[in-house]
Amino acid sequence: MIPLPAEQLLNLHRVAPEVVLCVFGIVIMVVDPFVQAAGRRALGWLAFIGALTALASVHLAAHFPGRAYSDLVNVDRFSIFVHVVVIGAASLAILGSLDYLEGEGLQRGEYYALVLFATAGMGILAGANELVTAFIGLEMSSISSYVLAGFRRRALPSNEASVKYFLLGSFATAFFLYGIAMVYGATGTTLISGIQTFLVSLPPSQHLPALAILGLGLIFVGLGFKVVVAPFQAYAPDVYEGAPTPVTALLASAPKVATFALMLRVFYVSFGSAQHLWFWVIWISAVLTMFIGNLGALMQTNVKRMLGYSSIAHAGYILVAFAASTDLGIAAALFYLSAYVLMKVGAFLVVTHLGQQGERRLAVADYAGLGMKQPVLAACFSLFLFSLLGLPVTGGFLGKFFAFQSALDAKIVWLVVIAGINSVIGAYYYLRVIIAMYFWEPSQDYTPTPVAPALSAALLVAAAGTLYLGLLPTRVLVLAKAAADSLSLLSLR
Amino acid sequence: MLLLEHLWIILALPLAGAAINGLCGKRWPKSAVNSVAIGSVSLAFLAAAETVREFSHLAAAQIPYVKSYFTWIVAGPFKVDFALQVDQLTVVMLLTVSFVGMLIHIYSTGYMAHEGGYYRFFSYLNLFKFFMLTLVLAANLIVMFVGWEGVGLCSYLLIGFWFLKKSAADAGKKAFITTRIGDFGFTVGVLLVFWTFGSVNFGDIFKSVSGMPAESMAQMGILTVICLLLFTGAVGKSAQLPLYVWLPDAMEGPTPVSALIHAATMVTAGVYMVARMHPLFSRAPIAMLVVAIVGALTAFYSATIGLVQTDIKKVLAYSTVSQLGYMFLACGVGAYGAGIFHLMTHAFFKGLLFLAAGSVIHAMGGEQDMRQMGGLRKKIPFTYWTMFIATLAIAGIPGFAGFFSKDQILEAVQSGPHANPLLWLLGVVGAALTSFYMFRLVFLTFFGAPRYDEHKVHVHESPVNMTVPLMILAFLSIFGGWFAAPKLVGGVDHFTKFLDPVFSSYALPGAEVAAEVPAEAAATPATELLHALTGVPVIVGILGLLLAWWFYIKNPETPKRLAQKARGLHALLLNKYYVDEIYAALIVRPLLWLSTNVFWHAVDEGVIDAAVNGTASVARASGGQVRKLQSGNARSYAAWIIIGAVGFTVLLLGLLGVVR
Amino acid sequence: MSMIPVSWYLVLSAILFGLGVVAFVFKRNIITIFMSIELMLNAVNLAFVAFARAHNQLDGLVFVFFVIVVAAAEAAVGLAIIIMLAQNRESLNIERVNLLKF
Repeated sequence: MIPLPAEQLLNLHRVAPEVVLCVFGIVIMVVDPFVQAAGRRALGWLAFIGALTALASVHLAAHFPGRAYSDLVNVDRFSIFVHVVVIGAASLAILGSLDYLEGEGLQRGEYYALVLFATAGMGILAGANELVTAFIGLEMSSISSYVLAGFRRRALPSNEASVKYFLLGSFATAFFLYGIAMVYGATGTTLISGIQTFLVSLPPSQHLPALAILGLGLIFVGLGFKVVVAPFQAYAPDVYEGAPTPVTALLASAPKVATFALMLRVFYVSFGSAQHLWFWVIWISAVLTMFIGNLGALMQTNVKRMLGYSSIAHAGYILVAFAASTDLGIAAALFYLSAYVLMKVGAFLVVTHLGQQGERRLAVADYAGLGMKQPVLAACFSLFLFSLLGLPVTGGFLGKFFAFQSALDAKIVWLVVIAGINSVIGAYYYLRVIIAMYFWEPSQDYTPTPVAPALSAALLVAAAGTLYLGLLPTRVLVLAKAAADSLSLLSLR
Repeated sequence: MLLLEHLWIILALPLAGAAINGLCGKRWPKSAVNSVAIGSVSLAFLAAAETVREFSHLAAAQIPYVKSYFTWIVAGPFKVDFALQVDQLTVVMLLTVSFVGMLIHIYSTGYMAHEGGYYRFFSYLNLFKFFMLTLVLAANLIVMFVGWEGVGLCSYLLIGFWFLKKSAADAGKKAFITTRIGDFGFTVGVLLVFWTFGSVNFGDIFKSVSGMPAESMAQMGILTVICLLLFTGAVGKSAQLPLYVWLPDAMEGPTPVSALIHAATMVTAGVYMVARMHPLFSRAPIAMLVVAIVGALTAFYSATIGLVQTDIKKVLAYSTVSQLGYMFLACGVGAYGAGIFHLMTHAFFKGLLFLAAGSVIHAMGGEQDMRQMGGLRKKIPFTYWTMFIATLAIAGIPGFAGFFSKDQILEAVQSGPHANPLLWLLGVVGAALTSFYMFRLVFLTFFGAPRYDEHKVHVHESPVNMTVPLMILAFLSIFGGWFAAPKLVGGVDHFTKFLDPVFSSYALPGAEVAAEVPAEAAATPATELLHALTGVPVIVGILGLLLAWWFYIKNPETPKRLAQKARGLHALLLNKYYVDEIYAALIVRPLLWLSTNVFWHAVDEGVIDAAVNGTASVARASGGQVRKLQSGNARSYAAWIIIGAVGFTVLLLGLLGVVR
Repeated sequence: MSMIPVSWYLVLSAILFGLGVVAFVFKRNIITIFMSIELMLNAVNLAFVAFARAHNQLDGLVFVFFVIVVAAAEAAVGLAIIIMLAQNRESLNIERVNLLKF
């Protein structure tokens, strides 16, 4: 056995992924001005290596479970699981960005540095055991994302996405912060586990403090904004449409996972004793989210925007598992999130490729006959769409299945019925794209460009992962279950 | 016991065929694609046959033979194995699907010879076989569900095979969306099964359900709910009222696809599923009644629509919907064996009808309108004779396969434990209509004078790889029902006896006795034979034949011909014309009017299509409204956030006050 | 100092936060909207300080520094984004930022 490192070294091990991400980010920023324009692509690969190193260092952190920096950060199986999903998503997005940036003439080191910083922020979110730390993580990822969303500086849609995201994001964050202040005022602590202890130790006759519950409501505003649930979803379609497509792939996947992780911690751990209260908030929000997402997507002709709405709908399905309020529900949500990340990143990366220079080709009509022109790419895209739609043999199907099953187990039948209706509505708009690809006359004015190796690698990984989760879900499920069990839950019901 | 141990081989063969053709077929010559496609399904059939041979050596205690390959999903208490099983029901389905499927594959090599995307077609077709066999061999609901969704997907791909044709693509989409409505019910049903029984394995479910009492007619218990949900799935998949609308449109696909998927195999999956889940249905009388009513209504209703169709494939499509209705009617009155029997014979004769229709279309150079045919009897004799045999079979003429199975169904409806005179009447009238429209089809197509331009259309008999499958299926359309023949002379119905272990092992204690009654009543051989041969179903079948003959051969109904005869001033013919008039005015006109205006235009197009389209347009309209909420203005988005923040905090605080 | 109850500070903080929210919705100029966010953040700071006082802890005061630092970072990035928009659009009216909708 290795002798245990000293206190500080131990702490450092526990935040190793974040440290690695930040170090790589800083190195890239420092090196950037000294690199010739032609060599900037290497910075992207450096960032990719950084992300992989961070993934490896998650393994290192996993050897030292416990809390770091006077209880501010958790290293448990839950945070490990979320770290892997988040950093994995970021690596795929980096791979997908390399050729996109080349084509747009945007190849710059700061892009990759920002992606790494954002990922580090998400890592902090995933492991935070303290609300202000979580706030720092949230802001790290948000501020980087604001810039990334506007990275196509000359393009008006990109500017607009950036400004909207920035203004509304800061607005929602202010609510989140005010919520933290309320909870702090009510309980005298901002530790997630400390709030739990405080609320549980209240004498049974006493009400839960109204101030804390008010705080919970405001915290939900901030987090709900980041995970894109109704009625805080309004910005998402605009931002997802306007942002450069690989950035959209990142924004629609990783931050959602990390923020859902924090939400699970706050609601289940800190406010587990208030489950009977927040259950209805989640219920209502889930219903609104699913309907707005699916109905909004129904009439879209722009594939990128349609996928944006679809990611709203998926947040709703995850809330269904969330509402189950059981450890199985948490496991189902985690499984769903991992499947979601793969299919969503995959789908947006396909859009990245097909958008061509200046993101001109985003309409459904531009996908006409793709099945003939680029059969492998079309097959990949169909796989992602089928998974989003929830057909068997894909991860998306089992994700939905477990989510609905955990909700049924918890006897939340109506929510499942509504979710079912929604997945039927969803079939329509996903299928339309598939029909365009396979059943429409190929458009003549569009010659496909071959898929670059880096992007194809990312697509293949996403496709293989989607199939893996659909065919052999057990291993991931066991990990998700273990992650759920590592949260110190109260008996919720 | 080699193949019984390795059941997966039966699945792996068509899957491998699909993969090879899908990946490499583009660059290969047609002969190579052919040999991969036909080779894989033929081997699959041989493997199935060998499996059945091995199965026949098993002791009764070893049946159903379940083989689990690996644990697929584990989530807390939820555990699913990738498990396959064989019992007598599986054997029937396995042989039917793999054999008919093989024939249709062979036929397709001729039919599709001149089409583009040849390799793609066979790749889809093999993939379909894989999913269908998965569905049939599944030992639990989840594996079955994979097959269930998979066949739907393949059907969708194959209907839209000629994707450049907009109607084909639309039909594919319609099929997929309509069946998804049913599949949603099915999914929830499966979830409820797991919730109730704690398992999705057929063995475990049936074991726990056999301890449960039957629910009464007055009680909507959990079993009834489960059965109704599962049946929703069957309604979608097997094209029953009101979700049948996709099947007639599905005829946009290539004809072999219609034969394989939309007649012989996939659409019968719903019937198979209901029969498979019979221990649950038997304990849910309300659900049984619903199944029987939906089946009988569909059988009657779509037969009436079949009367007035002019597209040869549309007639067959409505006929399929109608025959599926009979199968559900059988299941609904508890005669699962009869339902499966009809499923098998139907696979033979309806498969044959479609293939023969394909041969006609092939001969006519793509023409599908029967009004443009006529007199083809001499020119394509093989097709004519095989199609005629199939028509005799579907019309229930004694000696042919359809006679035995349809007779069993109607007998069960008439005198079985769940007999219902009203449903029987619907079934009998439906049988008469069936006979009428089928012979109408034959007479219009093969008899009379040619109504096409003989200089333009070069009618030719199909190649040998198309006619051989026709002949094999014709043979089966005659003799495929003779398993039940000994019963007519007081002997044993081998088919029912073979399936008996499946359907009696989990039956209700009381129902077993009831099922025995008709068998005992059959003790007097001579009267039984006479009774069967002169039974109402046979009489109405022959009536339908005669009526069709009267209208389409003896007295071709075209107004032009009638007018000519009137000018000929032959008193006798005038007299017949007079009879015709009365006949038409009293019976045929109202019926035609009813089926054209009420059922076809009003109900089919007006109500059901409108309902489907209406639901879609409501969704689209609300989609438009939801989009409008997204004004693009950041300040209104902030307003959303504020409303949410205020709403949720007020809700939370309100609950805090109310709840505690 | 001890004469003024903590609740007064909280009420003031709530009023400031509310003002920020209202300004966000009713102002058209992007810079003004951004300032209203700053107002909200400062309302939060006030609440933190008041609660720190009430609990007699230092934690709340430390939080304030974090918030100030993050707000500064946000301002730096935010202004850059706004400048970029202003250059491309030659307008700072939020009403006109509505290219992406429906």
